[in-house]
Amino acid sequence: MPERPTSRLTFALGLILLAAALIVLPHLVSLSQKEVLVLLVINVLLVSSYRLLTLTGEWSLAHAVIMGVGAYGSALVSKELSWPVPLAMLVGASIAAFLALLLSFPLFRMKGFYFLIGSFAAGEVIRLVWKWSELTWLFGGPKGIKLIPPFPDIPVLSIDFYDPVNYYYLCLIVVTISLLILYRVERSRIGLTFHAIHWQDKLAESVGVDTFRYRMLAFVISSFFAGLSGALYAHYIGTVNPNRFSVEEMTYILIWAIVGGTATFYGPILGVVVLTVLNEVVLRAIGVDEMRPMLYGAILILFILFLPNGLESLVPKAKDWFGGRKQKQAKSEQPAEAEQTAK
Amino acid sequence: MTLELFFQTVVNATYAASYMALIAVGLVLIFGVMGVINFAHGELYMAGAYAVVALYAGMGINFFVAVAIGLLFVGMLGLLMEYGLFRPLRDNPLGGLIASIGFLLILQTIAVLGFGVQMEHVPPSTQGKIVFSDGVVLTYQRLYVILTTVVLLTALWLFLRKSKFGWALRACAQDREAAVLQGMSINATARLAMFIGAALAGVAGALTAPLVAPTPQMGHPVIITAFIIIIVGGVGSLEGAVLAAILYAFVNTFVTTIYDGTLANIVGLLLMLIVLIVKPTGLFGAKERA
Repeated sequence: MPERPTSRLTFALGLILLAAALIVLPHLVSLSQKEVLVLLVINVLLVSSYRLLTLTGEWSLAHAVIMGVGAYGSALVSKELSWPVPLAMLVGASIAAFLALLLSFPLFRMKGFYFLIGSFAAGEVIRLVWKWSELTWLFGGPKGIKLIPPFPDIPVLSIDFYDPVNYYYLCLIVVTISLLILYRVERSRIGLTFHAIHWQDKLAESVGVDTFRYRMLAFVISSFFAGLSGALYAHYIGTVNPNRFSVEEMTYILIWAIVGGTATFYGPILGVVVLTVLNEVVLRAIGVDEMRPMLYGAILILFILFLPNGLESLVPKAKDWFGGRKQKQAKSEQPAEAEQTAK
Repeated sequence: MTLELFFQTVVNATYAASYMALIAVGLVLIFGVMGVINFAHGELYMAGAYAVVALYAGMGINFFVAVAIGLLFVGMLGLLMEYGLFRPLRDNPLGGLIASIGFLLILQTIAVLGFGVQMEHVPPSTQGKIVFSDGVVLTYQRLYVILTTVVLLTALWLFLRKSKFGWALRACAQDREAAVLQGMSINATARLAMFIGAALAGVAGALTAPLVAPTPQMGHPVIITAFIIIIVGGVGSLEGAVLAAILYAFVNTFVTTIYDGTLANIVGLLLMLIVLIVKPTGLFGAKERA
């Protein structure tokens, strides 16, 4: 965190530059890349919400399905009940959060590997319920829900959300607000308790922390934002189906989180941005769409073997390197600061 | 449900239990010795099936020779995973699991690139079948799976109980450090467990290839099934895995026959969730490792 006034200034400047870049960006890319940009922003929220859950030390395999719950919920509420889309999105996210609340009771009786498998099973059950022929009237079976109402236009300002650029701005606003909330949660006493549960759950319990309730809280908050990202997705694409939220999608969330690293707030965001850019720029240029899972798999293996803390672990090093050249006297402070950020 | 349908379902369930037991036992063996959950286990099964697609359906090699080659080939893949992934990540069980997800994606892509995404048709190696008195049918193709399972699992059981290597393997599964202190080579046991575990999945895939129409994605439902079985049976318990495979196969086959396949899958997953909640050590207890 910026402590010295100069670094606070650079931090603010950096933020302004970043904001400017994010605003200009969609006007610089092709149409298909604009679509990718929208999905990227949605995925940033998805993977950041995932990180909040990993703070407590649990790795869920249901996160993609939870995103789907938000997408299905929002789609159904807006299509079948004709509720306005912005409200439907919040309802969808709340449904995802509520489902997480219910799932907490069985799932948080387990830890580690058992939680992993348990969440996987719970997610698969939800996906099978979507597919189930008895419930096709509601969830549309394997084909899912089509013709989801799009986000309403704002005629006064002549903003048409069919245009990916406008939808991108909408997502950018929603995601920025969400990220700020997630960041505040992590920095609050609650977030510190999440960390405590991760590293020392028995000790945390012994000083009176109800670990179950904090795990549940992390799961509910992270599911709310995963659901919100699902809702943003559903009203953009206009169709959802069970396969969109399969285990394969879950692997992508895992890969983003691991390639980026989960120790810092920006780690997973770094992961999803770098991999999406790599995907769009490099892989599309080579034209090897079929090879994509293999390359992702190889990247995953290489990272887990050689850079287990993710791309974020390179950031302090890079900082150190640049800082060491600019101001040699501050060199001794830098690693300590970097370490603090990492924790 | 008529009596004929009932017995036919029993026969079908016995067949399903057989190949599921092969897969689950392999997964349990790997977990017991290495402490890693191999997410790529379903893809090892898929690799076995594609070995038969290539050798038997493609090149016309004798079915059983193709199965044997498939067994060795998938065993080698297991060794590759042990050398390349699990050995460097031995102190990081979550890392091993994640690396196996990476390996899964690679195997799937190789299958897609080599054979395409469509279903492969493998002609049955024999048309023979046993017709029981009341019209219940068991094809030889399915009988092979049942017999092979019985033979291989009996051999594995004898190997683990009687041979020196088997003792070392079980010792490592019980307490790795103590086993190392006794002078057992952790690398040698891990290699052995990985080879056997992978080969069992491979032979299951190879034998069922004519019965299931292989696709590159065929491993996905299989790994879910295998998870259900090892959780219900108790992670780390080989006997538990076999019993759970039988239990699961019967529940699944009967629910599928009476209602539908989706409901059967939901029931299976709920069964697993209930076991996880009520008795995480599994219904049949974890003797080897909790």
